[in-house]
Amino acid sequence: MDKKPSSWISHIEAFVDSSRPPKQQAANVDAIAALVKNDLLTLEALVRDMELYLTTSDHSIRARGILLLAEILNCLMSKPLDGASISSLVEFFTSKLADWQVLRGALIGCLALLRRKKNVGMVKSSEARAVAESYLMNVQVQSLAVHDRKLCFEVLQCLLEVYPEAVEMLGDDLVYGICEAIDEEKDPRCLMLTFHLVEILARVFPDSSGSVASFAGDLFDILSRYFPIYFTHPRSDDLDITREELSMALMHAFCSTPFFEPFAIPLLLEKLSSSLPLAKLDSLKYLNNCIQHYGTDRMIKHAKAIWSNLKDVILNHSPHKTLFSTSELAGNMESEENQIAKEALICLQTAILHLDSLEKNPILSFIVEDEDIEMKFGLVSNEGTGTGISIESRRQLSAVGNILSVSSKASMSGCTRVFQKFFPRLMNILEISASSSSNGCNTNNGTSSLNFGALYLCIQLLASFRELILTSQDFSPQVITVQDGWWCMLQHFSGPLAHALGSALMGARSSELVNNNTGHEHAIYEVKGLQVLATFPGCYLPTSEDVYEYILVIFMSIATERFEDAFLWKLSVKALIEIGSFIEKYHDSYRGISFNRIVVERIVSLFQQDDSTMPLALKLDAISEIGTIGVDYMSRVIKLLEEAILSKFLAVCVEGRLEAAEILVPLLECYSNRVLLWCYTSGNFDEVAMQFALCIWNQMESITIFDKDAKIQDLFDRMMTTMKLLVGGCAEENQSLIVRKAYSVLLSTSFLSEESLPFSSSKLEGLQVTPDFVNLSWRDEWIVSLFASVVIALLPQTPLPDVKLLLNVLTTFLLKGHLPAAQALASMVNKWHVNIDKSEVPNAYTLDEAIEMILERSLLSVQSSSNLGKSDLLNKDERMLSCLCLLNNNSSFQSNAVVGLAWIGKGLLMRGHEKVKEIAMLLLQYLLSNPYKELHSDASGSGDSLDVHTSLATSAADAFHVILSDSEVCLNKNFHAMIRPLYKQRFFSSMMPVLLSSIKQSCSSSMRVALYRAFAHVISDAPLAAVVAEAKKILPSLMDSLAMLSEDVLNKDLIYSLLLVLSGILMDDNGKEAIIENINTVISDLIRLIFYPHMMLVRETAIQCLVAMSALPHARIYPMRPQVLRAVSKALDDRKRVVRQEAVRCRQAWVSMA
Amino acid sequence: MTLGLINANPVVHAKKERVARAEDSHADDAVDALDVFDSVRDIRDPEHPYSLEQLSVLSEESIAVDEKLGRIQITFTPTVQYCSMATVIGLCLRVKLMQCFPPHFKVDINVTPGSHVDEEAVNKQLNDKERVAAALENPNLRQLVDECLYSSELYSL
Repeated sequence: MDKKPSSWISHIEAFVDSSRPPKQQAANVDAIAALVKNDLLTLEALVRDMELYLTTSDHSIRARGILLLAEILNCLMSKPLDGASISSLVEFFTSKLADWQVLRGALIGCLALLRRKKNVGMVKSSEARAVAESYLMNVQVQSLAVHDRKLCFEVLQCLLEVYPEAVEMLGDDLVYGICEAIDEEKDPRCLMLTFHLVEILARVFPDSSGSVASFAGDLFDILSRYFPIYFTHPRSDDLDITREELSMALMHAFCSTPFFEPFAIPLLLEKLSSSLPLAKLDSLKYLNNCIQHYGTDRMIKHAKAIWSNLKDVILNHSPHKTLFSTSELAGNMESEENQIAKEALICLQTAILHLDSLEKNPILSFIVEDEDIEMKFGLVSNEGTGTGISIESRRQLSAVGNILSVSSKASMSGCTRVFQKFFPRLMNILEISASSSSNGCNTNNGTSSLNFGALYLCIQLLASFRELILTSQDFSPQVITVQDGWWCMLQHFSGPLAHALGSALMGARSSELVNNNTGHEHAIYEVKGLQVLATFPGCYLPTSEDVYEYILVIFMSIATERFEDAFLWKLSVKALIEIGSFIEKYHDSYRGISFNRIVVERIVSLFQQDDSTMPLALKLDAISEIGTIGVDYMSRVIKLLEEAILSKFLAVCVEGRLEAAEILVPLLECYSNRVLLWCYTSGNFDEVAMQFALCIWNQMESITIFDKDAKIQDLFDRMMTTMKLLVGGCAEENQSLIVRKAYSVLLSTSFLSEESLPFSSSKLEGLQVTPDFVNLSWRDEWIVSLFASVVIALLPQTPLPDVKLLLNVLTTFLLKGHLPAAQALASMVNKWHVNIDKSEVPNAYTLDEAIEMILERSLLSVQSSSNLGKSDLLNKDERMLSCLCLLNNNSSFQSNAVVGLAWIGKGLLMRGHEKVKEIAMLLLQYLLSNPYKELHSDASGSGDSLDVHTSLATSAADAFHVILSDSEVCLNKNFHAMIRPLYKQRFFSSMMPVLLSSIKQSCSSSMRVALYRAFAHVISDAPLAAVVAEAKKILPSLMDSLAMLSEDVLNKDLIYSLLLVLSGILMDDNGKEAIIENINTVISDLIRLIFYPHMMLVRETAIQCLVAMSALPHARIYPMRPQVLRAVSKALDDRKRVVRQEAVRCRQAWVSMA
Repeated sequence: MTLGLINANPVVHAKKERVARAEDSHADDAVDALDVFDSVRDIRDPEHPYSLEQLSVLSEESIAVDEKLGRIQITFTPTVQYCSMATVIGLCLRVKLMQCFPPHFKVDINVTPGSHVDEEAVNKQLNDKERVAAALENPNLRQLVDECLYSSELYSL
């Protein structure tokens, strides 16, 4: 304990010395606070020892001392303190508020104490009041600096929030003091606080006789100066306050008390007519909030003014575009204009809802009786057939439509009044007469189109009426019977209206729709109108059953007959789906029946018929859309699709009707892309997928003879993808069901059933499923491919039956060049269980054993012919070797084996298994084997042995591409591969030194080419960042490989990716250094590539690289200038325009360098 | 040199929209009039911060290209008949075309018949190799040309 005092005293001294850097001072505070926190030092002792600092007459030292104490208290916020010490501390800081030289410390101290929570000892209420009194008396907020002002406001805020009853007694003094404090504040950070202060203040004095009520005028005067907030501070800076936040804070202050009403409303209404869009927008938002907060009694007298102002805004700012681009397209245009109109409508709705006094709704009356509205209504509803509608009248139309729809959406009474006034007139204009008989549509003879303005308004009204019914909570029929008048009217009119809309829709010729937008507009609203009429909830349906069915029939006839008009077709199918979803949502079984009968059945039968009048894509569209309505619908669709798929599959594979494949492929696409996706989101994926996968396998089992032409690559791929998706999305238990089924089918293949099953381990060595003995039937090929797809998509934990057999079979197929088999093997080793309990499953392989086995079998085929014989893997079993020597001259096995090795290597690499090194070394060894030597040693080797070798070396080089590139078909996230992070980087950094040294040692040119090819694959597939980091080491080889590989046309894509790597290096600072070191080679190689004849992109990129190089240090590149200029000016004569333009740019860059 | 501007108040026209060329990966892209026009349209007028296109000195129609014979023919119209800047404009055109097109093209630059008081002299001066070379040796002239070619201070309408 003796030592401690001296140590913390030194901290105090250090803090008080104001010349120290702030970081150090903060550390001092922390050190002392830590001592107090851990009870190594009591607060009393601290204060006692600091006495001199706290009371000295030297202002600066006293200020530092008090600040230190305050900061320490700030750190002790959560440490319990006893009441006595808090009291004395509060008293101390309260008194120091009068000492202006130490004000900051005093404020921080007060704040730290006031903010304490109850459980750690709080300031008493009376003490808080004392703080407030002393504050009001002594602190002149506006004369302080920003930081101190902020502290002042925080103290006030804390007092008002935590001790409201204590400060309330101060009454007028407090309110006056706050007015004084916040007056003329300009800093945004402080403004946020002051606005908030006003808000809490209003909460503390809610009485109409309270202090806020009497100072309301003054307070509002201070606030109103900020409205509308004009704040142009750039966003990304230390303040971290946006205009929106400030505006929100001010809005809350405005709405905080109804006493502001006499001042606020006139101000807001005045600013509504401002020409500044921002002011308008803000006024609308504020007004909306104020109406809600000030209460009906106060606001009702402003009703007329509010209406007339809002009306002006809506009429003048309604967007004309929303008419045009309906629902889905309208979202992208969020211009200021649109926002203003939107806010105004929201505000109008609030006004209608809130300003509803006892007997009648004043705003509604204004709307219904308004002369402007009346006039505009007359104007726009008589506006011709839409072709000649000007932008201005569009604007008016949308404005009137919006006002009417908002007012009828607001309440039942509003709806009634608007409806009664306008609906009959609209019907009149549309020439629809109310008649109870449904064939009253004859007035409109189908050929003349409906009046667009009236149509629009009418649909708006109906839609908002429907929305009102949906949103009103009580669905009791009484609501309607009260207002029978207009309800009857609607019922009378709805039938004829539907007929009129329907016949207009059917009458419109498709050429009309395609050619002009007005046709589209008409169609949009006609379809919408029918849809609205059909989707009134339950008992409110104004239309009779006949009309409802008529609507469905109209849509269906468009969907089945008018498919050449894509726009209309989409609209009506969408409307049908909406109607269906509506029925599904409200469980309307009665209407559901007719929907099923008219729509679903029809589409289903349409789908089943093979007539080709309707394109298959549209049929699939329609049917999959129908499925999205609900689970029942989807299960029906799924069944339908599955049946179709299976029958078409039979047709293709057994009957050999190849044309059926053209239907099957889109069917499969639709199934996997849409149906499965929907199942995935709706959660019943597992069941559906499992069922269908089993179905396919059953089918495979039952078909015994395949037509021999039934191998269509497109279909093959699609089928496998579908199978992968099905399996990949399933849960573990379902996957294992599928696997077992698939396995049993696999066993029935001809090549396995000929063998006596099961394989015993003694038989394994003589396993006769060696590549060339197998003669595959088409069926076997299908089955193996599908089985491979299943294996590829399995989860790691799903168990596989009889792994040994599978490994054997798949390896065999791998050697036959069956790519899916190789991928399946790769997936197997990638997901292999690391810790299998040998005692439990005696036959199980460990991963190492499995790899060993695969390698052995694949290598045998490779090595036997090329006589590498280096790997000691094989020497054990010479018998096998000799047996396989038969395959000696069959090179295709070898390159198949190499491809297989590559995939397996990829699987291992991704899970981070060590064996991948072995595989990489084997591949490398393969690249390094010298063909000439072989020629001499192998006397029997025929002349094409060299050829064989080169092609093999090429495939070994390409194996590196397989290992490092991402694959869509297997070993990815979707198919549950195990992926270690940074696996590419790891492979890159372990392979690069080996490759580089082999390149250095290689002697023959053909070997070099293969090595460079491998090298090129590795650097172009590895992440650029890793490559750039090694730029110095790889750049020489990179340039060499560019030179070497550019000789062969086939390498053009590789050349391009190498150039991209080079340009990546050019962009990096380290890379630039490497480039400068090799400047001569780089430039001469690039110059050669400017004239690369096989690929334009290569030429273009080479020139771009040269442009980038013109920015390198002048001294290094200047000597190359003539050389570059000569080459580039030749490139001005390139065949392709893009290259010429690049050349001009490049030339300019190098010319202007001088 | 000159006191005041020769044409103080030129008529400014709107720029034509750039035509995006369709990419044809197999066929060769022959040099055509639009190519030439694209390379010269943004040259700045020596007097005004407008491009030659904006001042209607040039248009795509005033350019003729014969790729087989390797000829480019440009006819330009000075804004006023007595424009002393016509030779500078012509010089700019020639320099720009030298930079943008391979040297085997023969470039002819003329003013539109009847658009300049000194038509013949200007044409002769512009197509005389040695006089062009000599003009480009003159540092003042060279600077003026470079300013026109690489100026980025074009007003857009």
